[in-house]
Amino acid sequence: MFNRIMVPVDLAHAESLDRALKCAADLAGQHGAEIVYVGVTAQTPGAIAHTPAEFKGKLADFAKEQSEQYGVSVTSHVIESHDPAAEMDKDLLKAVRETGADLVVMQSHKPGLTDYLFEGHGPYLAQHAEASVMLVRD
Amino acid sequence: MADESVNEGIPAPEGASDIIETDYEIGQDNIETNIGPFGLDIHNPVFMISGLTVVVFVLYALVAPTQAADFFGWLRPTLTSTFDWFFLMSANIFVIFCLVLIVSPFGSIRLGGADATPDYGYPGWFAMLFAAGMGIGLMFFGVLEPAYYFGTPWGDEPLGTVRPFAEDGTLIEANVVEAKRMALAATSYHWALHPWAIYAVVALALALFSYNKGLPLSIRSAFYPILGDRVWGWWGHIIDIVAVFATLFGLATSLGLGAQQANAGLEYVYGIPSNVTVQVVLIILITIFALISVVRGLDGGVKVLSEINMVLAMLLLFFVLFTAGAVGIFTDFGNTLVAYAQEVVPLSNPFGREDDGYREGWTAFYWAWWISWSPFVGMFIARVSRGRTVREFITCVLIIPSLVCVFWMAVFGGTAINDMITNLGDSAVKANVIDAYVPELSLFAMLDGLPLASITSTIGIVLVIVFFVTSSDSGSLVIDTITAGGKVDAPVPQRVFWCTFEGMVAIALLIGGGLVSLQAMVISTGLPFTIVLLLMCVAIWKGLASERAIT
Repeated sequence: MFNRIMVPVDLAHAESLDRALKCAADLAGQHGAEIVYVGVTAQTPGAIAHTPAEFKGKLADFAKEQSEQYGVSVTSHVIESHDPAAEMDKDLLKAVRETGADLVVMQSHKPGLTDYLFEGHGPYLAQHAEASVMLVRD
Repeated sequence: MADESVNEGIPAPEGASDIIETDYEIGQDNIETNIGPFGLDIHNPVFMISGLTVVVFVLYALVAPTQAADFFGWLRPTLTSTFDWFFLMSANIFVIFCLVLIVSPFGSIRLGGADATPDYGYPGWFAMLFAAGMGIGLMFFGVLEPAYYFGTPWGDEPLGTVRPFAEDGTLIEANVVEAKRMALAATSYHWALHPWAIYAVVALALALFSYNKGLPLSIRSAFYPILGDRVWGWWGHIIDIVAVFATLFGLATSLGLGAQQANAGLEYVYGIPSNVTVQVVLIILITIFALISVVRGLDGGVKVLSEINMVLAMLLLFFVLFTAGAVGIFTDFGNTLVAYAQEVVPLSNPFGREDDGYREGWTAFYWAWWISWSPFVGMFIARVSRGRTVREFITCVLIIPSLVCVFWMAVFGGTAINDMITNLGDSAVKANVIDAYVPELSLFAMLDGLPLASITSTIGIVLVIVFFVTSSDSGSLVIDTITAGGKVDAPVPQRVFWCTFEGMVAIALLIGGGLVSLQAMVISTGLPFTIVLLLMCVAIWKGLASERAIT
């Protein structure tokens, strides 16, 4: 049913993404799908990496660890953004197009007050992406 | 100093470049927390101390307005007249430094690594350079400054040049050409190479140490070659705090004063009363637009607004150009360039001159002002300049904006001066600049003499407001990045906070008084920053040398 599952990853908070990561791996195993981990980075040095190239390397390492842990086939894809904090929604939408994913599995917080002010990335993707979107609550 | 060798373990930016190895991890001093429902990711202690110092100074200006006005009103002119030679010589050094970099072999080094490609095309890039750094000044001084130098009866004419008006207000024909030539040259001197060289130095330092050396995008990073790992401690904290402080107060005081100018324009054109209520509404409007812009982000907000801004400014420029006589103005532009080339050396020499009023009151004031803005503008320019070579970067930040500024001054100033010459008795420009000094009306007075004044004046007011929005949004991004320890991806509520805070400071100072005295204080920070900028030149040179050694 699904061939490529996109999983957006915030490398700075990877440890809190367990549920989404596991869910994606289960689905991939079930459907024989490939997982593509997507990371968004600015071009300026950040907490994860000094350069976009270094970021690519770290995301690829992360993907490899996941592959070893869950035994699924994986790739990774990096989106460079001028202003990740503000443009994340559009960056993720672009990632769906570029990776050709047919399912997005992503971690999402429980809805709260701030969702009336700042829409979450998950709801935005569900509304605008052509792929199916699964939000895993934490 | 950092390890000069190529480090196999660390991936190069894109192609060869010389990453600085340091144990500092970006964000290591940051606090991630929640205030209410909002997530924060802020640098400790830069965020807190900058915010608190701003509050303390606002309170000081509100509680002891007379003392603050007296003190800063004394400090600023004292600094600019005592250290005028220092400001003038430093600015000359920055220009020469930039020109040397263009022709030196360092010019071919690319910001972001040898294989990096530019993030922005030329139109968007130029629009952002201009809108952040200078736009609002062009609106305010484009008419005022040339008209002032041309007609000043107050003895501060540049290089003590001849006067076009006799005591009784009649024209002295023989002096007109020379007075106009010098007025345009002296104005161009303040808006062409020197200010852009100041911005270029800061921007180049930040871009180099961030994109090529892998240090966080923050003012302190430019000091790594000089201070080493100490920049991650209190040395760096203080540098960043002063930068945030100068940026925030620079923006807030200009916002308050700008609201007064826009209000004066509205009164002149539409008869809308000039009072605090209207001005507070204007500040709130500007802040709301700036908020929308920062929430939409760099590409969706700041860039789009800057481009709209450029289109409007071009419309106004071409309108003035064609209605005031394009042939005459192109001649003025040519003459201004020649005059600038002839006079730039005498104007920038601080020694053996007797035009204290001009040199200390205008030039040194301008240099201190540009320099106090340079952390903000420089950092913003750095943020959008990745992928350019050093040569291309300096040519585009130094030469091209200089030409645009000279052209702008020739169009607006030339038209204003012609108005003073031809309508000797009833020139609105002369009435508002020389007869009564009402600087905020000078632009509208000039537009009054041209056709369709009500339409162009409206465009003028809209431009003043939009230029404020574009300074305000880019400034909030810069402050947010510095106070997040160089992270550009801090949560959006943080930039909302800074943008709102800036509007609130402006409103508090507008209502309570203190705009002028705190602006004087900001300009006073130009003196320590001049030393900082001179050190940056050394840092850039060292950084480029190590870059070149491996590429």
